[in-house]
Amino acid sequence: MSEATSDTSLTRPGPTAGAGGFKGFMRATEIDTRMLGMIGALLVIWVGFHILSGGTFLTPRNLWNLSVQTASVGVMATGMVLVIVTRNIDLSVGSILGVTGMIMAVAQTQYITPMLGYDSGLVWIATLAIGLVCGLLIGGLQGFVIAYLGVPAFIVTLGGLLVWRGAAWWVASGRTIPLTDDNFKLLGGGSDGSIGATWSWIVAAAAIVFIVFGALAARRQRKRFNFAQKPMWAEAFTLGISLIAVIGATMIVNSYLLPGPLARRYAETNGITVPEGGLEISFGYAIPVLLFIGVGIVMTFITRRTRFGRYVFAIGGNPEAAELAGINTKRVTLMVFALMGMLAAVAAAISTARLSSATNAQGTLDELYTIAAAVIGGTSLAGGAGTIAGAMLGALVMQSLQSGMVLLGLDTPLQNIVVGAVLVVAVWLDTLYRRRSA
Amino acid sequence: MSTTMDSITDHGPAHHHSDVDRSGTPLIDMRDISIAFGGIHAVDQASIDLYKGEVVALLGHNGAGKSTLIKILSGAYKRDSGEIFVRGEKASIGNPRDAKAYGIETIYQTLALADNVDAAANLFLGREIMTPWGTLDDGAMEAEARKVMGRLNPNFRRFKEPVKALSGGQRQSVAIARAILFNAKILIMDEPTAALGPQETAQVADLIKELKKEEIGIFLISHDIHDVFDLSDRVVVMKNGQVVGSAKTEDVTKDEVLGMIILGKCPPGATPGPGAMKE
Repeated sequence: MSEATSDTSLTRPGPTAGAGGFKGFMRATEIDTRMLGMIGALLVIWVGFHILSGGTFLTPRNLWNLSVQTASVGVMATGMVLVIVTRNIDLSVGSILGVTGMIMAVAQTQYITPMLGYDSGLVWIATLAIGLVCGLLIGGLQGFVIAYLGVPAFIVTLGGLLVWRGAAWWVASGRTIPLTDDNFKLLGGGSDGSIGATWSWIVAAAAIVFIVFGALAARRQRKRFNFAQKPMWAEAFTLGISLIAVIGATMIVNSYLLPGPLARRYAETNGITVPEGGLEISFGYAIPVLLFIGVGIVMTFITRRTRFGRYVFAIGGNPEAAELAGINTKRVTLMVFALMGMLAAVAAAISTARLSSATNAQGTLDELYTIAAAVIGGTSLAGGAGTIAGAMLGALVMQSLQSGMVLLGLDTPLQNIVVGAVLVVAVWLDTLYRRRSA
Repeated sequence: MSTTMDSITDHGPAHHHSDVDRSGTPLIDMRDISIAFGGIHAVDQASIDLYKGEVVALLGHNGAGKSTLIKILSGAYKRDSGEIFVRGEKASIGNPRDAKAYGIETIYQTLALADNVDAAANLFLGREIMTPWGTLDDGAMEAEARKVMGRLNPNFRRFKEPVKALSGGQRQSVAIARAILFNAKILIMDEPTAALGPQETAQVADLIKELKKEEIGIFLISHDIHDVFDLSDRVVVMKNGQVVGSAKTEDVTKDEVLGMIILGKCPPGATPGPGAMKE
């Protein structure tokens, strides 16, 4: 029988612990290098545009606009991460955005408002609920065909791209439908759809409490099972950076002030007397941006802390193994597409509210920006890898490029050329990174 | 790894004495199992059983039907006909979850690991530990993973890395840990040592002996007799989807078993099956 010495083990020595320098620092603070690279790229883009545009990019006004413009595609990108992680693709999200936006506008103007009355506070909730349900059903239907009937996602959603765009036209015969409910329009941002300085600070304070409690909970969890703790200095460093980011962002959105006429109108409606030297009223965080961040937090929670999220990644890593482990892979796939459809409806609410109306072309090409955002954010098209935060940053990178080029006055065709080239280069760099770290 | 030349010249009978009690009800009794894929009888009227604390080596060429037979037991395939009894009771096994409910755990040749998640997530895949709030309890799962991996592979430290970053042996130990974590009563190991070096192979052998002591019944599937001969209490040979015969390992030589695998010829020490060569 085996006379092999039993002190040999199946292990190869792990990576040497305590490697110093940058690597050691990254390990102690548990910062993702890819994430850091993306933040670096974003800063380069921002500073580059700031210099090229003669100092108009890094202004509170532009950054505030950037945040609002990112929200719609960003919301969809969080769902696209799960779709791509399960080795699928969804080409129909732009069209689902179009049709659910149109359904919400028609439902609001023709049915909900007449039923509940003009100034009912429930109109926006009913509108949003109808949109979400429609998005969920559309996504679920596509998911059913993909998971249970075995038609490839590429084909089903390519069909969906045409079907739902056609359906959007059909809902209102190609007309543009203006929204009637002012509460619903708040979801789109603007001066009314922002929460002002005081509430922005309250949100910031809540975020800080949330971050600190999160760190404490992680420490408690590690202590419970006697795992190695993160060093105190590393904890302080990451906490410090997060808090500075929250406070900095809040200061920026609060230093974007309402322009003179709007401020006067605001003062009149709220009965404030205008002091000497004009009135300073801050925009603060825009509601769609808060919605975007909220969706990001919920989606991160789903991917990290729920069974569903764990299964999504396991399926992406090895579908056969997931099946053999007893996971109902078909049901998970259906749920991923249903969730994607619902997020497209959230994005539809934001963009419809922002335009104050639903148009037939709404969301055209958004599927490509959404996929690009997810992929630039580190989601692997081979499946199994991707983060929500990465996709959110990816959406911000895409939007920064676009609005930067608008600021520089570049022609639309040239903008498309740049965005397309950046997408290819970004994925190429990511491929290099993966090959090196594999 | 053992060279073919060495072993072929080894004509002596195995110095292995089996002390398995085969008088009671078998743990597993598969009777007259058949399955066909597109007209080809992958498994044809095959019967096989397994007792507590017994290691049964299921041998045969690639394509002999052994993996297919065992995938019916683990729920990956659905049989066309035949019956499965677990501890004397008729069992209905339609998917991998059913098999696990009977305490049947499988270590596949491919290991069937989700490469992109860490060891703990793989160990508990499909059977996660949850907190009272219905969220994943990763801390508890990692703690359990550290316990079981500490037993199997004490030097293992890479709990935070996706399993694709692990060595072949480490991946194997994750797959084994997953199989024994949930009180397996029946363990199926498909080509358990095919991808391993000599030291790692020896460790798997030690583990099998330990599991035997815990009264777990084990099916070892291999196309290479040298991998499993010394570990097994009994050998069952398949050819062209049929059982050639079975024998206590102590009653046959490696050469005789090779004759069963290659020619389908049943030696005097073995009980012939439907697939045995007719004289």
